[in-house]
Amino acid sequence: MSFSNESKLTLPVGDRDHGQGTPGSPITLVEYGDYECPHCIAAHSVVREIQRALGNDLFFVFRNFPLTTSHPHAQIAAEAAEAAGAQGRFWQMHDAILERNSSLSEDLLLELGNGVGLDPSALAQSLADGTFKERVREDFMSGVRSGVNGTPTFFVNERRYDGFADFDSLMDAIDAIKG
Amino acid sequence: MTNSIAPLPAGTTAPDFTLKASSDKEITLSGLRGQPVILAFYPADWSPTCSDQMALFQQVLPEFERFGAQLLGVSVDSVWCHKAFAADRGLTFPILADFHPHGAVSDLYGTFNAESGMAARSLFVLDKDGVIAWSYLAPPGVNPGADGILAALEALPDS
Repeated sequence: MSFSNESKLTLPVGDRDHGQGTPGSPITLVEYGDYECPHCIAAHSVVREIQRALGNDLFFVFRNFPLTTSHPHAQIAAEAAEAAGAQGRFWQMHDAILERNSSLSEDLLLELGNGVGLDPSALAQSLADGTFKERVREDFMSGVRSGVNGTPTFFVNERRYDGFADFDSLMDAIDAIKG
Repeated sequence: MTNSIAPLPAGTTAPDFTLKASSDKEITLSGLRGQPVILAFYPADWSPTCSDQMALFQQVLPEFERFGAQLLGVSVDSVWCHKAFAADRGLTFPILADFHPHGAVSDLYGTFNAESGMAARSLFVLDKDGVIAWSYLAPPGVNPGADGILAALEALPDS
């Protein structure tokens, strides 16, 4: 079985979260991710496939887990996504960041923000002020307390998934939980 | 060859040791009495899981420090390897070289894998008197995360 026996999601999914699908669906998949982590970029399309496969049976939640010692732009990217979230455009920005064609920088984030309809100067201001720093830290610490050990880390119905982050492995684990 | 890895359990007095943290600095465990100590044994510098683990611990360091705890990484790599690894990953906590005699301290803690010649990935939280309050052996290839450490620190009588 590819689930941890010890680690469970300590901060339940709730109103503070960014989710896709219907809350309370049979399967809730929570990803802790880092926008500068190549594995998270790969996992983005896996999540898409899982969403297609499960349809209305899935509620997907993304939380930030920027590992800034390895990924210097991960924090600012997370804050930019949260800034977009505050304007109701979290998922557009999330997708834009993960589907980018060049490496992360503040300029690129402003450009992507502009592309999803955010006011560039407001975005630049919130990044400069660190408006969403605390929110990202909250996500990060909730991950630490839940045993997030690298990115991406997935939780399926609050259980930490320790297997590979490819479609077949993750679907097998989800199927096992669905019973 | 048979090899049983069994980290010393809670309640055991942590065996004292002196290991090099750099070419000119040694750390003696008993010198840290009075504060909680976290020992994180891991197989090798540079290998992907370990690197994630140490990067994660670096980022969680302020939380460990809230408990006044000292984090020490330990692997069988040499001080020079550790130096390059720490510089590359931006690690600011000591990582100790259990290099000579090879793996002796890991063995003392029941976490030396004689087959691979490396420490198994394992965690120990010691109380301020140097008694093991919690120990954990991670499944092979799985980065244990920091939740167990934080829970153990929280459960210490003084916190």
